[in-house]
Amino acid sequence: MSGFGTLVARDLALVLRRPGDVTVVLAFFIVATTLFPLGIGPEANLLARIAAGILWCAALFAAMLSLERLFAADYEDGALDLLLLSPWPLELAALGKCAAHWIVTGLPLAVLAPVLGVAFGLEGRSLLALAATLLVGTPTLSLVGGLAASLTLGARKSGALLALLALPLCVPTLIFGTGAIETIATGQGFGVHIAILAALALLALATLPWAIAAALRQAGE
Amino acid sequence: MASPALEVTGLACRRGGRPVFAGLSFALESGGLLALTGRNGSGKTTLLRALALLVPAEAGAIHWQGEDVRSDADRWRGQIAWLGHLDGLKGDFTVRENIDVANRLRGVAGDTDAALAAFDLAPLASRPVRTLSAGQRRRTALARVAAAQAPFWLLDEPLNALDAPSQKMLLAALEAHLASGGLAVAATHATIKVRGATTLELAA
Amino acid sequence: MATLHFLANPARFRRFSQKVLPALSVVTALTLLVGLYWALVVAPPDYQQGDTVRIMFIHVPSAWLAMMGYTLLAALGASLLVWRHPLAALMARASAPVGATFCAVCLVSGSLWGRPMWGTYWVWDARLTSMLLLFFLFLGHIALTHAYDNPDRGDRAAAILAIVGVINVPIIKFSVDWWNTLHQPASVMKLGGPSIDPSILYPLLVMALAMLLLFVTLVLLRTETEIDRRRLENAEQGA
Repeated sequence: MSGFGTLVARDLALVLRRPGDVTVVLAFFIVATTLFPLGIGPEANLLARIAAGILWCAALFAAMLSLERLFAADYEDGALDLLLLSPWPLELAALGKCAAHWIVTGLPLAVLAPVLGVAFGLEGRSLLALAATLLVGTPTLSLVGGLAASLTLGARKSGALLALLALPLCVPTLIFGTGAIETIATGQGFGVHIAILAALALLALATLPWAIAAALRQAGE
Repeated sequence: MASPALEVTGLACRRGGRPVFAGLSFALESGGLLALTGRNGSGKTTLLRALALLVPAEAGAIHWQGEDVRSDADRWRGQIAWLGHLDGLKGDFTVRENIDVANRLRGVAGDTDAALAAFDLAPLASRPVRTLSAGQRRRTALARVAAAQAPFWLLDEPLNALDAPSQKMLLAALEAHLASGGLAVAATHATIKVRGATTLELAA
Repeated sequence: MATLHFLANPARFRRFSQKVLPALSVVTALTLLVGLYWALVVAPPDYQQGDTVRIMFIHVPSAWLAMMGYTLLAALGASLLVWRHPLAALMARASAPVGATFCAVCLVSGSLWGRPMWGTYWVWDARLTSMLLLFFLFLGHIALTHAYDNPDRGDRAAAILAIVGVINVPIIKFSVDWWNTLHQPASVMKLGGPSIDPSILYPLLVMALAMLLLFVTLVLLRTETEIDRRRLENAEQGA
């Protein structure tokens, strides 16, 4: 267990040494989100209706941007070999990398999105739903992204390929995440959606670390 | 008579669908160094990676203290300190931090100060690794190996990028490691002048 | 001399395939002809939709085969990762484009059928969306196999993707049960047996058989090609 903690702490410390890497991803999220009202027009009703979708999609794309470096840095400087040679399960290491990614990407996005949601005209309960769904949904995105990143280590055109692999697998999370906010508009509760998002996250947690570890071992051969 | 600490029997590996080596057998006692020689492409790195279980062997077995290493791979990995082609260092961390993190990731207390002293890295200990020269980085990687407190060292071209004084430091560290009962297998183009070293030549 | 390891299964498979293919092709062609004639000419038009219902005879079997195709990729992937069968990798490379094509046929035929039946070419309900996702998963598999200079790496990475993605197949199957979808619920493969009239059911089953034979023929043919291609690559590298 301490290996897991050390790995997460190490990756967080590395991010702190280069905070620009993370802030640029969040800046992208903000810029991308603001493009939509500029492109679609400022009609308040329309914006409020599509806000959930735009914010969720922009969060997805922002997460994709940071995924490419998730394992690539370790692959390039040889630290991946050392991870593969750790005397504790590689599946835990895979989980640790995804956890660190979530802390520096998913978590800030979940906090930032409601702030942007105000600019879209979303109100109290919708903002709460937005934050809650992102909080519960982004761990799945980090795990799915980790799988795509580990599968494309050392591949040609790995950035585009990563998105091609990850985005279809993120669709269920996207659908239920945005669906929750739409139910607010109709006056219903979003508890079911959160429950399903949580179930998806647990499913990802129970299966993907093994797939990611398998992919990392292949990269080390 | 006790069985040799490391025993490899009939090891065979393929890379990209083609055989690299086959029927490889050797034994290494505690305190022994095996130097792997051979031309580029002869499979030295593949053999090192196969010993570390990074590459699956097609045939053969590796025994450590009488037991098949594959029966408890995690435990086997705990016995290994690895030096690959790449340094395995994080450029944004200092020399000391790199070694400390490496030890913590392996769950060992490690003796960072002794390792830094052995490779004359004490004056550089607080410098970020990305500001160091290639030779200094290689020394840091070697210090990481030395600090790991692992009985089995796997070294891929350890003398590369080292100037003469640095090479002396490596040989001294190796001798100390072997004297305390450790083993080492090193792929190398140059000769490693250590007492009791044996050589295995791999044919291309 | 080509590597013995490689010759172990693929060569035997290739000999088997060469013997079987000529007869299989003929049977496939005949079954297709019978099926198409029955479906397009003999079977009665629907009392509501008229002749456009005949698209179903292409659409439904291609959907079944798309799902079966991806399940096959997952099975081959597992076989590759567990037993390191070179044949599994080559057959996966051969089947992925075939499965992707059947998936595309399903989507396009469904879209053409949707226009007269529902008034729209597309709707984002659970079944159509998950079938579209399956198509993307096929594309991802194909892209991943070809993304590496080392073919082994591509094969094994795609194998992992196939195993993870196969969860989409039961989702497609049960989507019409779990959600209110515009797409109609299951009428053939469900508990209690099929609920459509034999005059429609039998040509549907024949078309399904014909398409299955077509799938198998194409996969055998393409696997032979992949075996030859891999042999050529090995020979070029001087194995």
